[in-house]
Amino acid sequence: MVVFCLFIISKSGGLIYNREFHAGMSKLTSNDYLMLAGSFHGMHAITKQLCPVPPTPVTPLSVAGAPAPSPFIGRPSGLEVLESSHFRMQCFQTLTGIKFLLFTEPQQPNVDVMIRRIYELYADYVMKNPFYTVEMPIRCEKFDRGLDGFVKVRS
Amino acid sequence: MSAPQGTTSGLRYPSNKKTIYDRNLNRSKNAELSRAAFAYLFVEMISYAQKRVKGIADLEKRLNTQGYPLGLRLLDLLLTRTANPLSSIRPTRILPLLQFIAQTLWRHLFGRPADALERSESDPGQYMLYDNEPLVNQYISTPREMSQLNCAAYVAGIIEGVCDGAGFATEGVTAHSVGGESEGGDKTEREMWPGRTVFLIQFKKEVLEREEIMGRGGG
Repeated sequence: MVVFCLFIISKSGGLIYNREFHAGMSKLTSNDYLMLAGSFHGMHAITKQLCPVPPTPVTPLSVAGAPAPSPFIGRPSGLEVLESSHFRMQCFQTLTGIKFLLFTEPQQPNVDVMIRRIYELYADYVMKNPFYTVEMPIRCEKFDRGLDGFVKVRS
Repeated sequence: MSAPQGTTSGLRYPSNKKTIYDRNLNRSKNAELSRAAFAYLFVEMISYAQKRVKGIADLEKRLNTQGYPLGLRLLDLLLTRTANPLSSIRPTRILPLLQFIAQTLWRHLFGRPADALERSESDPGQYMLYDNEPLVNQYISTPREMSQLNCAAYVAGIIEGVCDGAGFATEGVTAHSVGGESEGGDKTEREMWPGRTVFLIQFKKEVLEREEIMGRGGG
């Protein structure tokens, strides 16, 4: 089981974090990484538009006072998984619009669980860090350490 | 009937007129607090302290000032709450005071005792209190340009408040990181606890004089 790398893309399409967990990957310049993240962001937005319009739920008028259905339920989420013979890319978008991209081997199981755990680490060590400004590149030592611990235990 | 909205100003009182001062002190004795809620509050406290601050020392001083009143109050609260009436008197010697801080105060705030308590070899008025993993720093990564900063300065302020409240004037209590790549100390211990923090407590000269007199008096 191999996890190749992790990207975090901010809601405006900027790459705020990238990390390689596996040696021997082709080297890219930081500019290339930014372009990759930007193109993915655009592609993700297009795939969102491509989704068929969800059927409008029939609102039972008789039940007055029932809580309004969540506006997120029928919303198309865009590209989620991209699989090739060499890797599998899983995308997880949070409700706040941040995208987590995890590149793994195609056979890797439970990627969605892993990605949620990474989101948890992000919520803990990035969002609860007073020295982090949102939308800026993530430079948090404890987040790096947490990721290392998590990915190494898994592989 | 409650007063119409907008006419009352300042503090809001509960409708049954029971304020926090009317409650039993033991009511929240074993209550626990959400760690995430504290973490977010602490983030805001640090951001607030960071406004118009001149340097790292100034920022630490501000965090210290925020913790100080808490220490003053906690001393009385914890002594009132002790079950044994004999131990509810204020500590009068340095060692019981430090024990109180390392055990009772630490247990109340963090749910566990402090990790070590030492007396400085070079300075008799200086004591070191170690915490391997301060709860306030759990989610905080200090950026490289602020590597000298330790946000446990807030806890140092609490300690200073307790010492002052008990009548042990200090020159100041400061928090320093001694884990990870910082120098000094045992190497394996440093690697095991990257967030290890020492609280330096420097008592004033008159406190030491009094301590010596009380020691001779066979106290």
